[in-house]
Amino acid sequence: MLRFFAIRLGRALLTIVLVVTFAFVVLRLSGDPAITIMSPEAPPEALAAFRQAWGLDQPIWIQYLRYFGAIFQGELGQSMRDGRPAIVLVAERIPATLALTIPAFLLKIGLGIPAGVYAALHRNSWTDRAVMAGAVAGFTVPSFVLGLILVLVFAVQLGWLPSGGQDSWRSAILPIITMALGGAGVLARFTRSAMLEVLGQPFIRTASAKGVPWPQVVRGHALPNAAIPTVTIVGFMVGSLIAGAVVVESVFSWPGVGRLLVVAVANRDLAVVQCILLAVASTMVISNLTVDLLYGVLDPRLRARTS
Amino acid sequence: MSQPLVAISGLTVAFNGVPALRGIDLEVGPGEAVGLVGESGSGKSVTWLAALGLLPETARVAGSVRLGGEELLGAPPARLDTIRGGRVAMIFQDPASALNPVHRIGKQIGEALRLHRGLTGAAARAETIRLLEQVGIPDPARRIDIFPHEMSGGQNQRVMIAMALAGQPELLIADEPTTALDATIQAQILDLLSRLRAETGMALVLISHDLGVVADLCDRVGVMYAGRIVEQAAAATLFAHPAHPYTAGLLAALPDMDGPRRRLEAIPGFVPEPWAMPPGCAFAPRCAFATADCAAATPASAEITPAHHVACLHPARSTPAAHPARNLHP
Repeated sequence: MLRFFAIRLGRALLTIVLVVTFAFVVLRLSGDPAITIMSPEAPPEALAAFRQAWGLDQPIWIQYLRYFGAIFQGELGQSMRDGRPAIVLVAERIPATLALTIPAFLLKIGLGIPAGVYAALHRNSWTDRAVMAGAVAGFTVPSFVLGLILVLVFAVQLGWLPSGGQDSWRSAILPIITMALGGAGVLARFTRSAMLEVLGQPFIRTASAKGVPWPQVVRGHALPNAAIPTVTIVGFMVGSLIAGAVVVESVFSWPGVGRLLVVAVANRDLAVVQCILLAVASTMVISNLTVDLLYGVLDPRLRARTS
Repeated sequence: MSQPLVAISGLTVAFNGVPALRGIDLEVGPGEAVGLVGESGSGKSVTWLAALGLLPETARVAGSVRLGGEELLGAPPARLDTIRGGRVAMIFQDPASALNPVHRIGKQIGEALRLHRGLTGAAARAETIRLLEQVGIPDPARRIDIFPHEMSGGQNQRVMIAMALAGQPELLIADEPTTALDATIQAQILDLLSRLRAETGMALVLISHDLGVVADLCDRVGVMYAGRIVEQAAAATLFAHPAHPYTAGLLAALPDMDGPRRRLEAIPGFVPEPWAMPPGCAFAPRCAFATADCAAATPASAEITPAHHVACLHPARSTPAAHPARNLHP
């Protein structure tokens, strides 16, 4: 078990290092922070001073090594834009993002899994087709389109809900629904196919043959087996709790991590971008690790291999 | 036969309009061992899945299946749930996939004990251990808590049998119980079934494509072809005096164990596809004895000697000279 953890942890660290390196290279090659932050018309001496102050005059590999050296000392750098520590800027925004993503996540599970199970149990009926048509619509319509449609209907036409901002809890409703519908659609489809796969297995017939009433066959025999593939998708969703709201936050001008990321990338505000990426990669890695452990709990066949 | 335990009559099954069973008449007496043989697709398993209401909803089932006088076809699900695993238990071909991979074997057996005998807790556990011991699982007190993937195929089949015995059934339907197992394990499982039948007095339906297996265990044998039972007789009679050309062909395709070496005879042609059944007797296109009459109407089953039923217009009336009775044991 310890070995299993050590391998997983090593792989997780490698993933984070790769993500951070990739972002560093792309951002540093695609624009000069001095110019984007100070404006191209700034006097050359000011630009040079800015570059020197942030170490941008050094060769890129030295900047890279310095950056990593700092991370390992727990120092994530300052925003080049307002000089505050990047981690503070990001931490400030996390609650606002979680206020959208956590309810959306719960809604995805609460809608998607029951819908998928229902569709599988009523396979090929018109209700199955209706649920699946809804699910496909949910995840094929891009969230910025869905968000705008919801704004048009509920904010502009009906005037029930605000179209954006963060004035009250009512502002959160449309962005939460926008995010939840897509995820619920994905989850419904996965749950349906996982259930159909399991319902066709011989052990389901065995359960019926020994006299287990059908509702108990579904609950006691089908669902625990169908949970195994479904957990993978749920894990992805946990991993995107912090980063998953970039588009929706932009559409609804919600002051979360996603909007901060968009602004920081536009400004080539390296420290802030890196800090967000680290947070995102870490949640992804932690959720993947949790999913792996859950597999072991759900599927005894995997338990033997990991311990 | 006195009052039969199970009486199937005129049972038909169709999937999406394609017939799979075309009128099955079969009786199983209390404590009797009946074998059903035939090629895959001949309807052996479908007969019993239909009888117990285990076919998917898309299957069209008609006819009658009576258990001790009670009609099972169309019985409410709650009633069927008390019969399945209770009065009639069933075990399947591939024990490794027939057990639920995420539940401990003790839990799976315990479920049947709770449903059919109301046993829970320590009483259920003690009875589970006893059942595992009865089917020959070594160290049952420890094995009760392991998962199916931690056991061999043969042991999984023993667990399936223990689960079937949990409801103290009057009839056990064994659907190709040894097909997925090694030859040595096959013999052990068949011995086990034979011993359990002697111990409990339950009736046994053994579904198999292996004539040797059926000859070994069964009092009476039905031969199925293309969704019908074409010949039915006491095992000894059937193997010594096969009357239907298909049965005779099956026997001729087996090697002799103690006779002289000879070329094995294959039955020419193929089983007709269910959606392209020939008119009349389904075997006629492959039959050396077929005449024009055979294609006119499906031959009815007739009793040619006491308790020997054949659905053929030209049954062999005596021991066919070409196929003397022989030892079927491999």
